[in-house]
Amino acid sequence: MIPPNFDYEAPTHVDDVVKLLSGTPGAKILAGGQSLIPLMRFRLAQPTLLIDINRVTDLSYIHEDNGWLRVGTLAREADLESSKVVFSRYPLLADTSHVIADPLVRNRSTLGGNLAHADPANDHPATMLAYGARIVAKGPRGDRTIDAGEFFTGFFSTSLAPDEIVTEIQIPSPTERSGGAYLKIERKVGDFATAAVAVQLVLDARGFISQIGIGLTNVGETPIKATEAEQALTGHEPEESLIQHAAKLAAQAAQPIADHRGSEAYKRSLVATLTSRAIYKALERAQGGR
Amino acid sequence: MSTHHVTVTVNGQAHEADIEARLLLVHFLRETLNMTGTHIGCDTTSCGACTVMLNGKAVKSCTVFAVQADGSDVTTVEGLAQNGNLHPIQEGFMEKHGLQCGFCTPGMMMSSVALLAQNPNPTEDEIRWGISGNLCRCTGYVNIVKAIQYASEKMQAQE
Repeated sequence: MIPPNFDYEAPTHVDDVVKLLSGTPGAKILAGGQSLIPLMRFRLAQPTLLIDINRVTDLSYIHEDNGWLRVGTLAREADLESSKVVFSRYPLLADTSHVIADPLVRNRSTLGGNLAHADPANDHPATMLAYGARIVAKGPRGDRTIDAGEFFTGFFSTSLAPDEIVTEIQIPSPTERSGGAYLKIERKVGDFATAAVAVQLVLDARGFISQIGIGLTNVGETPIKATEAEQALTGHEPEESLIQHAAKLAAQAAQPIADHRGSEAYKRSLVATLTSRAIYKALERAQGGR
Repeated sequence: MSTHHVTVTVNGQAHEADIEARLLLVHFLRETLNMTGTHIGCDTTSCGACTVMLNGKAVKSCTVFAVQADGSDVTTVEGLAQNGNLHPIQEGFMEKHGLQCGFCTPGMMMSSVALLAQNPNPTEDEIRWGISGNLCRCTGYVNIVKAIQYASEKMQAQE
């Protein structure tokens, strides 16, 4: 299958990317291409112009700065997987990158692309909701910062304007006694999640949960933030019955539909189980475990 | 629509061509350069039969446009043997019967070479994880794992 014809530009500076984007209706950004190229081959996407950002070299960084992990939009999943700072301080992000697609795809696919594509089956959106991350977008009117909670507006839809590009992802640096985990059930390596859950939490000196974010993957038209489950846990000691209660609330927040991956009831049940397991794993990590 | 002049180095040899932007890297290799060692399997970024190394990273060449490889180094299965001597991974697949129909083999070997470059002495679990983007429908993977272990041992002994 060969995609229809299109124009192609590969600028080396991000300002030129924005100029091309704002000057060409129907233009699309090509980052890792691991979702876009298959969509073009099926002719589900037919951009008039592809703006390949792979030659913009200053968009691939991963570093901590002033209370945030800053990740350039073009950082590959494989870069995140092998990053020492991500492995040692951002286990939720490390977990997530490790289970996306397969190692070959992860050599190309990018964090910015995973978010901007906004497929509800993509894994990073739920993780960014759990982290309370921010997304930096650049357009002809300059830069703006969008909270992850405001970014995903619908099925494959974001609050990005057509002439904006994601340039950076900002994840809050971990405080003491914090931990996170991403757990995914997939039928086989490379498949999208049947369901997956991201948890990031902070414990206070007594060991009570002072802050928690819970994000759900592929159980609705957008990634879902399980706010009722978060509220039920915040300020409380993480004991068994409360965690089970929160897991049920997360399952209620899910809006799955039955498909070839399972029934609605099965997916809700998965969300409950994965939520409690991810909370336990996050707790273990917040207490110094791996 | 747009046509581009590209120079792509494949297995150490530079090739120039005028190509459409929509030409996929796998089609460039197979149809422009007539190097048919790289296979097309699923056409949907699933099976890994088209795996090549792009600037040292194993990628699915059905999901990269050839124009993106302008100025890059590509290694295909044709580039593994040197001076008529099989690469240890090729020897491993032969010695350990790592294939039946052979369709997945070029991609499987390219993933293996990339894995061994990163991790010269992988555990069985690490091998299975490393080739998880490559599908084989004949073997059940047991002999493929053995072939990669054979190559790992041989390559370490050579160092």
